[in-house]
Amino acid sequence: MSKLGTRTFTLLQTVTSVGLSALAWAVTGVRPIWNGSQPSNRQRIYFANHASHGDFILLSACLSEKQRARTHAVAAADYWGKSRLRRFIAQDMLSSVLIHRQWTDEAQNPISIMLSVLDEGHSLIIFPEGTRNMTDQPLLPFRSGLYNLSMARPGVELIPCWIENMSRVLPKGQFVPVPLLCRVVFGAPIAIAPGEERRAFLDRARQTLLALNPRPPTHDAEKWNPVFRKTSCDQNSIEPKERRAQRAGDRAGSGIRHDAPIHDAPRHDVPRDD
Amino acid sequence: MPMHETLIMVVGLATVLTTASLVAGILSWRAPKPLSSTLVNLNQRINAWWVMVVAITVAFFFGRAGMTILFALISFAALREFVTLTHSRRSDHWVLLGMFGIIIPFQYWLVWTAWYGLFTIFIPVYCFLLMPAITALHGDAERFLERVSAQQWAVMISVYCVSHVPALLTLDVPGFEGRNLLLVAFLIITVQGSDVLQYIFGKLFGRHLMSPKVSPSKTWEGLVGGLATSSLLGALLSFLTPFSPLQAAAVAFIACLMGFLGGLVASAIKRDQGVKDWGHLIEGHGGMMDRADSLVFAAPIFFHTVRYFWT
Repeated sequence: MSKLGTRTFTLLQTVTSVGLSALAWAVTGVRPIWNGSQPSNRQRIYFANHASHGDFILLSACLSEKQRARTHAVAAADYWGKSRLRRFIAQDMLSSVLIHRQWTDEAQNPISIMLSVLDEGHSLIIFPEGTRNMTDQPLLPFRSGLYNLSMARPGVELIPCWIENMSRVLPKGQFVPVPLLCRVVFGAPIAIAPGEERRAFLDRARQTLLALNPRPPTHDAEKWNPVFRKTSCDQNSIEPKERRAQRAGDRAGSGIRHDAPIHDAPRHDVPRDD
Repeated sequence: MPMHETLIMVVGLATVLTTASLVAGILSWRAPKPLSSTLVNLNQRINAWWVMVVAITVAFFFGRAGMTILFALISFAALREFVTLTHSRRSDHWVLLGMFGIIIPFQYWLVWTAWYGLFTIFIPVYCFLLMPAITALHGDAERFLERVSAQQWAVMISVYCVSHVPALLTLDVPGFEGRNLLLVAFLIITVQGSDVLQYIFGKLFGRHLMSPKVSPSKTWEGLVGGLATSSLLGALLSFLTPFSPLQAAAVAFIACLMGFLGGLVASAIKRDQGVKDWGHLIEGHGGMMDRADSLVFAAPIFFHTVRYFWT
């Protein structure tokens, strides 16, 4: 953990950060959607869904240069610390905070490491699923870190961030990104309610994040039908074929589909000439 | 480059846009504040038009290279919007990469080298057969036909059709040598002009919706008024082309009718996918495909009309 305590951006980190943000824009045209929170210099923990190495780059690209210099992604030491090259990329270029997912030594306690970064006044980007989500579920259950951090530092805002499409741009195991449009939806901050249980809070945080998805991942043709949106967020990962067939039958009579709620909200009344 | 006609065109476009900006400025100045969303959108649209006209004019002055690069970039933006809207799976990664990394550069290289034979069949024959083959080799048959169809149509619309605009520069029209850029200008001005005229006529006189289930803004009045005036515009611009005024009106009519159908098809796709715009690239207009949908349908038909009757 030699990098702790030296949290001003080096030249390499500044160049990397500007370069990657420009690249993220060129490939994905990334746009932040502030839906419940606003850009701010307040100390924050951004928590997001995770399916790709590009996730944190996309999220950082939505922050201002000033915020970016004070915001660090939390990454797994057992992956990013594996070789000198990975460690160089993670720490010296991306200035991320490496934590051990399996730890025994108290010096490796992930919560203390993250708290020490917060105590320097910096913000964090964390992926509470704990790993890249490779399942058909939109979001895995959350690990406890989010709860522990917020209990220890209740003054830090927790901002849910839904990262769209990045799993298609750069899936796990691929290194060349496909250019697709991406958005990052920043939701309203959440906090632990008085007396709220760990599991209850984590589930609520997860639901809050899921609710930000502007295009819920049901069968394409059905995804605008609110009847089906509920089921899409459920835990049942793989839907039986019969049920999907039944849904396809249902939707024939389902009438008008709805526009993307967040995507188009400010422009609903704008005339179109298409 | 034919300087005389180019000069007339640039001055003409600048005059039209300046007039539009002035009218919108006066309307905004006299309207109650805050401005209605229609006016805000009108201002955004006109400002975006300035940017688009300047970009196309700059590409115009770089001739064939400029046009080829500009439309390759338009294809990139359009394909990105199209693929974003469609369903794909992790196993499609290499096919998607190939669409951006191989098909776009190769198709525009064919335009650049004027290799007409391969230009017309590269996508509809080779790509359309090889793309599903690669998908099948990946062994993922889940919603196979849907994925493959969407990929093929994305390439057809955003790459194949769009590439017919710069391909106009490769046609050898007798007695029209070295002036092909003007054909590109004629196509873009009449088709995009027709979009604007249909919008204006629809706003002023629109009563009868043409296809309310597909597009909430297309009216019979807009279509008839827009097509009539843009055909007239085509006749007025015949000095840019190898056509007589009457021929120019007819060609413009066909191109603008195709443009209208392109807009209708694009609307149907957007409605099916549950979105209002293709993207957000062009302030006030939406995405690249929102602006280019009419050109996409008009370009191949215009290309082949000119190629059949004039070369």
